[in-house]
Amino acid sequence: MNFPEKLLYTKDHEWTLIEGDIAVVGITDFAQSELGDIVFVETPEVGTKLNVGDSFGVVESVKTVSDLYSPLTGEVVEVNEALVDAPETVNTSPYADGWIVKIKMSDTSETESLMNVADYKSLVKK
Amino acid sequence: MTPKNTPLADTHKALGAKMLDFHGWMMPIQYTSILEEHKAVREKVGIFDVSHMGEIEIKGEQAFDLVQYITTNDVSLLEEGEIQYSALLNEKGGVIDDLLVYMVSRKRFLLCVNASNAAKDLSWIADQALRYPDVEVVNISRRFGMISIQGPKSEPLLQALLPTPLAKLGYYRFCITTVGESNIIVSRTGYTGEDGFEIFCEWRDTPAIWEAIMVKGRQFSLKPVGLGARDTLRLEMRYALHGQELAENITPLEAGLSWIVSLDKKGGFIGRDVLLKQKEEGVPQKLVGFEVTGRGIARTGYDVCHGDEIVGKVTSGAMSPSLKKAIGMAYVKPELAMEGTELFIDIRGKKVAALVRRGSFVESRVKKEVPATT
Repeated sequence: MNFPEKLLYTKDHEWTLIEGDIAVVGITDFAQSELGDIVFVETPEVGTKLNVGDSFGVVESVKTVSDLYSPLTGEVVEVNEALVDAPETVNTSPYADGWIVKIKMSDTSETESLMNVADYKSLVKK
Repeated sequence: MTPKNTPLADTHKALGAKMLDFHGWMMPIQYTSILEEHKAVREKVGIFDVSHMGEIEIKGEQAFDLVQYITTNDVSLLEEGEIQYSALLNEKGGVIDDLLVYMVSRKRFLLCVNASNAAKDLSWIADQALRYPDVEVVNISRRFGMISIQGPKSEPLLQALLPTPLAKLGYYRFCITTVGESNIIVSRTGYTGEDGFEIFCEWRDTPAIWEAIMVKGRQFSLKPVGLGARDTLRLEMRYALHGQELAENITPLEAGLSWIVSLDKKGGFIGRDVLLKQKEEGVPQKLVGFEVTGRGIARTGYDVCHGDEIVGKVTSGAMSPSLKKAIGMAYVKPELAMEGTELFIDIRGKKVAALVRRGSFVESRVKKEVPATT
């Protein structure tokens, strides 16, 4: 299972890539593998304001519905429209083409409370 | 309570299946991918472990009388070697379980029941049998393993292993035959809408029979299939599942199963009075199939609305792997059960449009024609 070094992680199995004040968010390889075939992704509207822990969408596999939780405070500036027709991209490319939203952070210091790759790997091993 | 293992527990482990506790049984939910497994059954052939199913043997001079009285369908229509889909009802007409009735002879029947209800069914049937001194009710669930082979290639695959000509085995018929050294019962039945077979075999023989089918299956692109795809396959056919579409407070008439209810059969059956009254006065609710036309997937338990009113609940719902559309079933008021009626499903607070659909979502390809006898 693949967990890139450059990403930050949450206990809800989301990853975040920080690019300036923009956080790209998706679900981890572990999460997509646990969920199985993803058949539906519900994304928020651009402009939605999110606090840490807010549910901003869902990822649905054949059998399950899983909420997505915002890792950071900010505003949704872009959503991955390609997932409407190709939700399976979250399975095939969880860290690249399968990204879900981009959030413009209102407080970049919040990234300090996210997990690094080592912490996340030990969480997944439990 | 520790969940029970089927005789194929080690097989599933070796195949890397994702397992879950299904009504007290450790069962494979998927091996590789529910979508791939679903597709294998629709296009080629799949193999399922269904050893969790319960089997009850009814034997004795009054076996026929007992089975006739406890089930809704007319057992007098059955010949030896034939199978009937039927239901066990309580006195209120509610479905204790749905089941398959295998007639070995008028003095011997095999009932195949849902794993989740097997213990309850057994005690219910044993209670009813007290009125029939010359009948014996035996739980043989732990004697039989059960393997299901489903898909358009199931006949050529199984034929390569069995001495009996399967082309002559009609839909809902069974025969006693062998695979290798093992005696088996094989029936042309299933829960997928594809041509297929179900095999009862001795518990201890089950792994070797599974393995023999897997080896022979390579040339047919056989895939092991878990409960995840079993559920999407049956939902596409609109087959009811007990615990979802069927329950002890739902009658078969409400569930659209009037075709397995023989109100006129001699001697009647448990629950008949309630059903007769429902037939005359109309049912309070009806099971419908629907297709979600808006964006979203209806799931079990979601509210179904018509206008501003909540009119029912989703009993089963999923993204159909064959159609790539969200489909489901729900109970609604009878006046909303008409084809094309617009309903709304409350999906996480959003009202998403859905249309009532008649019939199965995907066309059934079971072998209904009766083969010519020779």
